[in-house]
Amino acid sequence: MDVDILFKIAGIGIVVSILSKVLDEAGRKEQAQMTTLVGVVVVLMMVIQLVAELFSKVKTMFQLY
Amino acid sequence: MEIAQIVGMGLVATILVVLIEQEKPEIALQISIVVGVIIFLMMLDKIFAVINVLKDLSQRANINSLYMSTILKIIGISYIAEFGSQICKDAGSSSTATKIEFAAKITIMVLSLPILLAVLDLILGILP
Repeated sequence: MDVDILFKIAGIGIVVSILSKVLDEAGRKEQAQMTTLVGVVVVLMMVIQLVAELFSKVKTMFQLY
Repeated sequence: MEIAQIVGMGLVATILVVLIEQEKPEIALQISIVVGVIIFLMMLDKIFAVINVLKDLSQRANINSLYMSTILKIIGISYIAEFGSQICKDAGSSSTATKIEFAAKITIMVLSLPILLAVLDLILGILP
């Protein structure tokens, strides 16, 4: 159920790397940099939600308050 | 056959990490974080069952619940700290990993101080 987030992130990574390569070739260094940044931020948003879920579950399970 | 699922997912994730690592190492790192989280979430129910059995046993043996909850807290802290420090080490920033481990050790030390004091009290009571 959770596994598709893995493929989502991998897809974003591949698309972002191709985009930044193309933009680099076209001589738009800044836009390539921006694309990389946006890709990282989007993936980070997804990862942070999962990590927060993990932390809250560990907290409730081991009674860490 | 949950283990087959987990091993398969780990292999697929490793291949994806190796594929993406040359171009975008930051996204590859995030894939490895996600794999760790997903595997732990899959194992959560089983850990919960084990903890319930341990609690039941400790209640039957009339162990003070303070000790049991302290042990559980220590396990939780060390799990989270290990998770974070391994990720930092994977990303090549081992100094941050060392500091996370240091913080975890101090926190565990603080948590276990009451038990240490109880042991000392016991020893002092036994001594004439």
